[in-house]
Amino acid sequence: MLDRVARAMLLQELVSGMGLTLKYFFKPKVTLNYPYERGNLSPRFKGEHALRRYPNGEERCIACKLCEAVCPAQAITIEAEPREDGSRRTTRYDIDMTKCIYCGLCEEACPVDAIVEGPNLEFAAETREELIYHKEKLLDNGDRWEPMLAERLRLDAPYR
Amino acid sequence: MAKVTVDGIEVEVPNGATVLQACEAAGKEIPRFCYHERLSIAGNCRMCLVEVERAPKPVASCAYPVADGMKVFTDTPVVRNARRGVMEFLLINHPLDCPICDQGGECDLQDQAMGYGMDHSRYREEKRVVKDKYVGPLIKTIMTRCIQCTRCVRFAAEVAGTPELGGTNRGENMEIGTYVEKALTSELSGNLIDICPVGALTSRPYAFVSRPWELRKTDSIDVQDAVGTAIRVDSRGPEVMRILPRVNEAVNEEWMADRGRFSFDGLKRKRLDRPWVRRDGKLAPATWAEAFAAIAKKLEGLPGDRIGAIAGDLVDAESVLALKDLMAAYGSANLDCRQDGAAIDASRGDWFRFNSGIAGIDEADALLIIGSDVRREAPVLNARIRKRWSLGKLKVGVVGPKTDFTYPVKVLGEGPETLTALLAGQGFAEVLKDAQRPMVILGRGAIARPDGAAVLATAWQIAEAVGALKPDWHGFNMLHHFGGQVGALELGFVPGQGGKALGAMMGGNIDALWLLGADGFDPARIGAETFVIYQGHHGDRAAARADVILPGAAYTEKDATYVNTEGRAQQAFLAIHPPGEAREDWRILRAYSEGVGKTLPYDSLAQLRARLAQAAPCFATLDAIPASGCTDMTAPASNVALGSAPFVAALPSYHLADTIARASEVMAECASIYGGAAPRLAAE
Repeated sequence: MLDRVARAMLLQELVSGMGLTLKYFFKPKVTLNYPYERGNLSPRFKGEHALRRYPNGEERCIACKLCEAVCPAQAITIEAEPREDGSRRTTRYDIDMTKCIYCGLCEEACPVDAIVEGPNLEFAAETREELIYHKEKLLDNGDRWEPMLAERLRLDAPYR
Repeated sequence: MAKVTVDGIEVEVPNGATVLQACEAAGKEIPRFCYHERLSIAGNCRMCLVEVERAPKPVASCAYPVADGMKVFTDTPVVRNARRGVMEFLLINHPLDCPICDQGGECDLQDQAMGYGMDHSRYREEKRVVKDKYVGPLIKTIMTRCIQCTRCVRFAAEVAGTPELGGTNRGENMEIGTYVEKALTSELSGNLIDICPVGALTSRPYAFVSRPWELRKTDSIDVQDAVGTAIRVDSRGPEVMRILPRVNEAVNEEWMADRGRFSFDGLKRKRLDRPWVRRDGKLAPATWAEAFAAIAKKLEGLPGDRIGAIAGDLVDAESVLALKDLMAAYGSANLDCRQDGAAIDASRGDWFRFNSGIAGIDEADALLIIGSDVRREAPVLNARIRKRWSLGKLKVGVVGPKTDFTYPVKVLGEGPETLTALLAGQGFAEVLKDAQRPMVILGRGAIARPDGAAVLATAWQIAEAVGALKPDWHGFNMLHHFGGQVGALELGFVPGQGGKALGAMMGGNIDALWLLGADGFDPARIGAETFVIYQGHHGDRAAARADVILPGAAYTEKDATYVNTEGRAQQAFLAIHPPGEAREDWRILRAYSEGVGKTLPYDSLAQLRARLAQAAPCFATLDAIPASGCTDMTAPASNVALGSAPFVAALPSYHLADTIARASEVMAECASIYGGAAPRLAAE
């Protein structure tokens, strides 16, 4: 009883609380000033999709439709036909980014590393239509992010 | 019978059966590539190895005959190791291109590699590469994938009867091909795609467009010839992607003709997808109500005998019955379904059916073909005759043009005078008389001529004279051309009491003509003043002449019943919905009848089918043929004399014989490659 009164009178809890505050006041900050500061992303981070090309500019995707089949959200739509040179290519490759759950199974399924989920997570849009990605958009993504995508695949390769 | 023990299960199989058949009888699945039930045994893939007691090494079960008391083991370490070894050898040269291979997902090699393949390759040397061969517009070859099972070679030589494929060189250098590059001439070439266990032979029109797991499979019936082939329509969304045969031992076994298989792209082109009404001499788009009003206005007050109806070649039994009932409500007996003018007497079923049955061909021992190019009119049925011929002791005589039937035939003559000689008991008639089960096949084309009735009667009399008409064997057979023809005949869609036949309806003898998919005759014969209603699915030549067009459904787009040339009623199911505003044909007729106060007495398909079963007995039991055997020998009546013109081929171009095929790009390409001038379409 006397002990409790003494502690209350001497503001012991307040002082220890302020002490903790003072301690963190001198420690380095853990929050980031996003978007001016950014955290570190794992090479396995699953962000915006991209369709990659071979170094000679040929698109990798061969329209095998395994990503379409494996997609648990059924966000991918592919149509294909023989290209003029007889090779198998898509005529349509759509991903509905509003359906996508970013599970990464599409890139797991891809036999030619064509569809990948890149490090980009800043692709918010104002309308739904903008989030329905078509083939040109995905290939454009691939061209834009290729150095990072290749690096990412290289880092993850030992674990595949 | 031999008693064989397979993995401890005792089974009895006939002497001469193979170990593989014994294993199947015991319910054990044996992997195989080269073995096929309907082809001869090659024994070259070695995948079917099993262990047999006291045999020094694993034996190829497909080529090893059973012996009484044999003990077979299908799942021992020795067997598994042997099969793994075989699989490794097969995969040495097989490319790893499953992701771009059209067979991927339904490939025997892929499936069995899951069971017997390794997860990596030990092969470090160079893989074999084979140049692709051109074998025609329907089949795409990627010969590097070939595992030399020779199924295609055996199919072409044995079933199709066009021995154009073969293997050149030996061992690693062996290549399958035609040697001199050319398009395969078989009408059954599409089956090569089905029997190829890998992706070496794939469908060219289907190349890369779809994957087997994306497709919705619907059972259906091929209506593009009169065989009634059981098919499976594979569709994705609103599109038919491909058509494959189903197994029906009594009809098509497991084969299918090329026109039915590859002409489905015609279902997407030149379709009627909205009603049209002719205003001021020009066809203009209209609503259903406007189209119905235009018809009702015209038909109102017309006497029944000034209205007529003609049913086409690809029509389903339901809509034929609905149209017949509608015409009855208008008091019209002017009905006809014989667009080619064939002198068919529909008053008795066995005068127009293939009475022996397609399976009955297996029992026949002498065959007379009159005025029919069976190979092009019914390729699958021709393969059945060839199968019977290859078993031996089948003599075939032909009256008609000399063509390649794929089996040796004796051409007796080209015209009706040969029939007279046969009736008199000369020449080939002796062969038929000596036979236990003689068959006469009368082509529909042979009676689609002025003296058709006499040809029909004479053919019947020949069948009677040679003893083909017996209580336990009906040897008189008529071979029709399309899937809708027999159904309409069974329903009696022919002129009723005092009714006009097709010829009598032409030239303005009637005021209104309802064409139900009728594209088989020249619409210029219709009188200029006649009001023409065209109900159908393709904008072919008759639609261009029509005053009102009612868009109907093609055979893939409705639940419908079709009767094949045997009189076998079979149901097809809706695979995709009709395009645009098109509707199922019987519903169109039902809706129209309600609008004009002549409501047809059925509201649902079930009610209509009940009415169908009453109208003709063949619809009561599906997938069955009327009892074979003839007790009433009365010949069909004929009031004309036999002419002297020789018989000619009924279908000038195999690939462009019907409206769907005429709208198909693939078939047009085939027609240009395989000869036969492509007639221009009136609707173009």
